[in-house]
Parts: sequence; C-alpha cells; structure tokens
Amino acid sequence: MTESSTIAISLKDVTIRLGGRTILEDFNLEIPAGRVTAVMGPSGAGKTTVLRLATGQLRPDHGEVWIGDTRVDRLDGKSLGRLRRDIGVLLQNGALFTDLTSFDNVALPLREHTKLSESLIRRLVLMKLEMVGLRGAADLYPAELSGGMKRRIATARAMALDPKIVFYDEPFAGLDPISLGVSLRLIRDINGALGTTSVVITHDVREVARLADHACIIADRRIIATGTPDELAASEDPLVRQFMQGEPDGPVPFHYPARDLDEELLLQEADS
Amino acid sequence: MSTAAPRTALTAPVRELGRAVLFLLTAFSRMRFGRRQFAEILRQVYFAGVRSLVIIVISGFFVGLVLTLQTYDTLTRFGAADAVSTVLALSLFRELGPVLAALLFAGRAGTSITAEIGLMRATEQLDALDLMAIDPMERIVQPRLLAGLIALPALVLIFNVTAIVGGVFFAVFLMGSDPITFWSNMQSSVELVRDFGGGLLKAVCFGFVAAWLAVWFGWSARPTSEGVALATTQTVIATAIAVLILDFILSAFML
Repeated sequence: MTESSTIAISLKDVTIRLGGRTILEDFNLEIPAGRVTAVMGPSGAGKTTVLRLATGQLRPDHGEVWIGDTRVDRLDGKSLGRLRRDIGVLLQNGALFTDLTSFDNVALPLREHTKLSESLIRRLVLMKLEMVGLRGAADLYPAELSGGMKRRIATARAMALDPKIVFYDEPFAGLDPISLGVSLRLIRDINGALGTTSVVITHDVREVARLADHACIIADRRIIATGTPDELAASEDPLVRQFMQGEPDGPVPFHYPARDLDEELLLQEADS
Repeated sequence: MSTAAPRTALTAPVRELGRAVLFLLTAFSRMRFGRRQFAEILRQVYFAGVRSLVIIVISGFFVGLVLTLQTYDTLTRFGAADAVSTVLALSLFRELGPVLAALLFAGRAGTSITAEIGLMRATEQLDALDLMAIDPMERIVQPRLLAGLIALPALVLIFNVTAIVGGVFFAVFLMGSDPITFWSNMQSSVELVRDFGGGLLKAVCFGFVAAWLAVWFGWSARPTSEGVALATTQTVIATAIAVLILDFILSAFML
C-alpha cells in the first residue's frame, strides 16, 4: 500500500478567509484511512471549516484539499456530487427533514442515488435503523424524537450509502450520559464493522480519549498538536495543556479583548 | 456630507434584485422533471393551494358581497341597478380577483414557504441535502416555484366564483334583482379571452412572482429566528408591491 492510499484526507498549505477573517493559515492536516480521528479545538477555531473544506462546501483561498487521490477544491459540481456519495456527514443537530419520518429520512439518499426497488430500500433502511437501535422509531417524525435519537437517525442516514468516510460534527454536544455512551459505542462500532474513516469534530476532550485512535488540536489558525489522545494529554505545550485540562485562562485569554476596565469606568464618569 | 450612504440605499435594492434574478435563472437552469419531482410538485400545490382555500373562499364571498352592495347602492341612484352584475364580473375578472387572491396567497402561502425554507437553512437541512449530493434547488426550490404557478390561477378562479356567489346572494336574494337579467347581463358583458383570459394571465404572472419572492427571501434569510421573521415580512411587502406594479403594467398592455 502506498503512503498516499493510507491517508484518507489531506489539507496542504490551506489558507481560507471568511467574512474578512483568516480562519486557517498555511494549514496542514493528514487524516489516516480506516481509523477514528478527532479534530479538536476551542469554539471558533475552524474545526467545522475543515469539514466544509473536505466536503467541498468551501474552497480554500490558497492550498490543496485531497480526499484519497481526488483534489476536492478543483472539482466541478457533478464530480463533487459523485464524491459526496462516498462521504457521510452527521451535522451538529442532525439536520433531519422535519416533514419526513425517520424511515423516509434514512431512505432519502437511497431513493435519490440508487435505482433499488422500494422493497430492497425498505430492507436496507430497517437494517440501518436496527444498527442505531431505532428500528422501532421508523414511523416517528423528528419532532417526536429526543436530541440523542435524532442524531442516531441522522447517523443511520449518513451511513445509508455505506460511505468510505464519515464526518461527525460535534456528535456529543448536549447529550445526556446514556445517549453519549450510545453515540461513542456507535461511532466505534461503525468504524470497526465497516472500516470507514471516521472524523470526529469535537471539543469534548474526555470523550476523545475514549474513542479516537488519533487526534489533533486546531488553534491560532493551525494545527498546534497531533498524536494519540494520551500523547496530547501528556503534552507540555501551554496551549495544548490549557485545552486538554480545560483551564479558563492561559494562552487563550478568558477576557475578550477590551479597553482597560479602570480607563473605561473613568471615561464613563467623564461622559456623565 | 458623505455620498456613500445614499448610494448604498440606491444600489442595495438593485443588487438584491440582481441576486434574486440570478437565483431564479439557476433554479430554471437545473430544472429536471421526473416521477419523484412531479409528486413533490403536487405535494407543494396541496400545501400552497389547497391549504389557502379557506381564506380564499371566505374573502371571495365577502368581497363579492361588499362590492355588489356598494355598486348596487350607487347604480340604483342612476336607475342602472341592472348593470350591477356587469360591474361585478368585470372588476372581478380583470382586477380584483387576481390582485386580491395574489395578496392573500402571499400572506398565507408565501410567508409559509419563506419561513419553511428559512428554517431549513437555520437548522442545516439545506446543508444536509447538499452534503448528500441532492441539489436543494431541485428538491426544495423548483417544486415550490411551480406550485405557485399552478396554485394561484386555480385560487383566482375559486375566488371569482365565490365572489360572484356573494354578489348573487346580495343582489338576487336580498335585494330582489331579477336573476335572469343578472346572469344575462354578466354573460353579454364579459369577453372570454380579453376579460376572463386576461385575468387568468395576470394570475399566472402573479403566482410566479409570489412564489419566486417567497422562495428567494426564505433562501437568502439569515439563519436566525430574527432573520426568518424579517424574511417573512419582506415576502409580504415585496410581493404586494410587485403584484400592484405588475398589475398596472399588464393592465396597460391589455387595454
């Protein structure tokens, strides 16, 4: 196996600006194939931007984005559509279609992209729902599901076409401990059973330690650390340590940049 | 004084219109018809059209009633009460039917379309479609555009029928006008192509514009609750203005 074939996703010297702000600068990232990789970082660091770059929703101002041997940032609409059929994405809140039942949500990609008979689609959808433990909720609408159940249905939908790569965007945010445990097991099982490349975008350090084979931390528009979760936990880098230990102050300041408080209060007095 | 602010105030609506036109062209350039698309169009016709029936029927009846009341009162003074059905039919077919039904459609179905698409944007449903390699233009925009085009002319016909029923109720049943004179005057004064067809053509144009603006404001809404609320308001205002301007232009060409 060549080196490039063991790398599922790579971003090379990527720079991207959004709304006048540089989100990533000379950013380099390699995600190994067939493993669970966690992309971590503080809120607003650019984790979701990495997802959007890898799926072709955003194009970099500079640099290259590769999925396997395909350069994503050069693809036209049709080729991008073909590529996306091999990618499953679980968005932050599940993004289920509220006018469709759980069954129809999972069936949607199969109906759109395959010519399978309705009976075969039914069989496949029930298998996917069984995988996430929600076959019994097939006829329920998203409004009738809890937050954790919605994400599991969305996971089943993301897996409908048996993708080679699956992105999970903040899969643990706002979940109760039981739903969280279910999600962790689900991601692990899917990765183990299907050999998919799983990319978990999160800031939940503890969950990453239980789940990921490999992790990286984004801050200051670049990757500041990469390695196994244990290696990151042992890092001496102040920024990595602040993030991993969840310290409120450090290289990432607690306070949003502002004028000195005394100066501001004096100015206010002078004004009044 | 800086000239930037007035210039922005002038150019911003033009830019917005340009973006809306580009959006429409993109939607049409990706138009695809299949069995599934046809089913989705029918579903949207149900949501935009059938669910607007109550407001259309009630409003139509009372518009017919009040229009006949006012006209009957005035015409009686000139001894021309028999002409009430002519005035009722011509004003309904040519102007009131298409315009009022379009305004009601914008308030009922247009706002609903805008809010639905705006919320789909806010809850990442449009992103999810895109990521599943399903074109949101094809799946979301086109069926709603075509549904407006189909639903409004049908609603205008229903509005006209119920308004005439309201007129008959007032003139014939309450005021005791001769029903034969009422119907024969109406029949002889209305030209099928010019009056009835012209009104229907207006309905098609208004339906298209109402659906286009509703879909566009939903599509371009900021993904927040405030953004969606603003977009629904914009839909009603922009559709009302566009329909009235378009009505004048079409009427000028049809006369």
